[in-house]
Amino acid sequence: MMPDTRVGTTFGHEFIGVVDQVGPSVQNLKAGDRVMVPFNVYCGSCYYCARGLYSNCHNVNPNATAVGGIYGYSHTCGGYDGGQAEYVRVPFADVGPSIIPDWMDDEDALLLTDALATGYFGAQLGDIVEGDTVVVFGAGPIGLYAAKSAWLMGAGRVIVVDQLDYRLEKARTFAHAETVNFNEHNDIVVHMKKTTDFLGADVAIDAVGAEADGNLTQHITSAKLKLQGGSPVALNWAIDSVRKGGTISVMGAYGPIFSAVKFGDAMNKGLTLRMNQCPVKRQWPRLFEHIQNGYLKPNDIVTHRIPLEHIAEGYHMFSAKLDDCIKPIIVAEAS
Amino acid sequence: MPYTAEAPTRRESNEELRARIPGWGADLDPADRPAVPRERFAPEVTGAHWDFPERQEERVPRERSIEHRFLTPVFGTSAPLHGVSGAIRRFAYEKFGEGRAAHWLLLIAGDRVDAVGSHLRSVLTLRPDNPVTETGVVSELRRGGIRSRVGRGRADVKHGWIDPLLIAGFWVFTGIVAVAVVRSIGKR
Repeated sequence: MMPDTRVGTTFGHEFIGVVDQVGPSVQNLKAGDRVMVPFNVYCGSCYYCARGLYSNCHNVNPNATAVGGIYGYSHTCGGYDGGQAEYVRVPFADVGPSIIPDWMDDEDALLLTDALATGYFGAQLGDIVEGDTVVVFGAGPIGLYAAKSAWLMGAGRVIVVDQLDYRLEKARTFAHAETVNFNEHNDIVVHMKKTTDFLGADVAIDAVGAEADGNLTQHITSAKLKLQGGSPVALNWAIDSVRKGGTISVMGAYGPIFSAVKFGDAMNKGLTLRMNQCPVKRQWPRLFEHIQNGYLKPNDIVTHRIPLEHIAEGYHMFSAKLDDCIKPIIVAEAS
Repeated sequence: MPYTAEAPTRRESNEELRARIPGWGADLDPADRPAVPRERFAPEVTGAHWDFPERQEERVPRERSIEHRFLTPVFGTSAPLHGVSGAIRRFAYEKFGEGRAAHWLLLIAGDRVDAVGSHLRSVLTLRPDNPVTETGVVSELRRGGIRSRVGRGRADVKHGWIDPLLIAGFWVFTGIVAVAVVRSIGKR
């Protein structure tokens, strides 16, 4: 839940497009170039950008220091219009966007602008070492990519937890993961302990975030009544499912107000909690290699392609998880 | 298995995993992971050809967090502050830092006022909002609303009955209050 989301703002932080016009100081792009645009708006020159923390840029978001700039993601994230439109303004065109390589599929390029980069980043934050057991909460796009990426980093087991069987099926086929439907277990944390020799997983990744279900009180107070920054059900399960001394990677998005997170358990178990919005462009060179080598096929998870004029239906379908929807794509010039 | 110093037995060897999973272990060495180390001082790779960005023109007074020293050189221009919601939001920005709950709760209140105002404006125009097409609810028919829910054990379906109460409750309550106020005035 992101406060200061204004009526009239265009959403959309994951987009590619064709350059229509460039500003006078732009050196590296020209009209007609096909570009992929990271969801981060960033200057490339501040204290944080100079250190690779592009998602934490200090020069682009006057509304908050608690988050960087993000296209189409509320005024709390800078008040930038997003890409679900025919035109979008992209500041710092020599820093963020890249020309889409000729060999790259458009949909793969699109998914690199957030979902794939974020899932891959989430696995990295887990500090996975050879043979680790990694549990991923959430089998949406980010969770699927995080699970897939965990193998690249040498995981010995990858377990994906969700409540939707069609998504768990995708976790098995796309991400080669073991799967658990939390609705089939009275206590998912106890189940996770049983399946990890009663130690717990080495790494847990929260790929759910603010709208997590599975605990009625948490869900109602956050997703419905907005009394919390998010429903930390998945995060609390992650904290309780991981072994003592383990690592939690948080990729799920939460709002800036308080949430009922079990920090006591995290402290007493000596956990390492790592998290951030993904600095997208930093991930690209290595992800390009993985795609070219055939290790990753990003658009395997795309389930729907929605014309821009039907975007309202697309939103409802995705939100309500209709028609086995996992990853819908909005197509601006769809015929 | 008793609680000993031994790590749990691996279910699959590296060779088995490499054979089963394309790219297994390609990033086993942290040096191959682009996000490691977390902070890597390398301003030369960003593409920036400035030390500090050229300042964007401030065409209307732009609200900012008081935790910033100044208005950031670049900012979004979507939906400038206006009306009552704008006044609430500006107060939140000017009065409270981001560490204060009041800052965020006021912004949430501003969102609600903005939404209500937009609904009212819509009703008073010749092109009012169309709740059927603009909420996307027709996808319930076109995208299998029933088959996507029934018999699937979805947790959200179990408490779905609350949603209409939470969503419509505010409007019903507001309507009741409005009717009561009008009646009260009419009796005087």
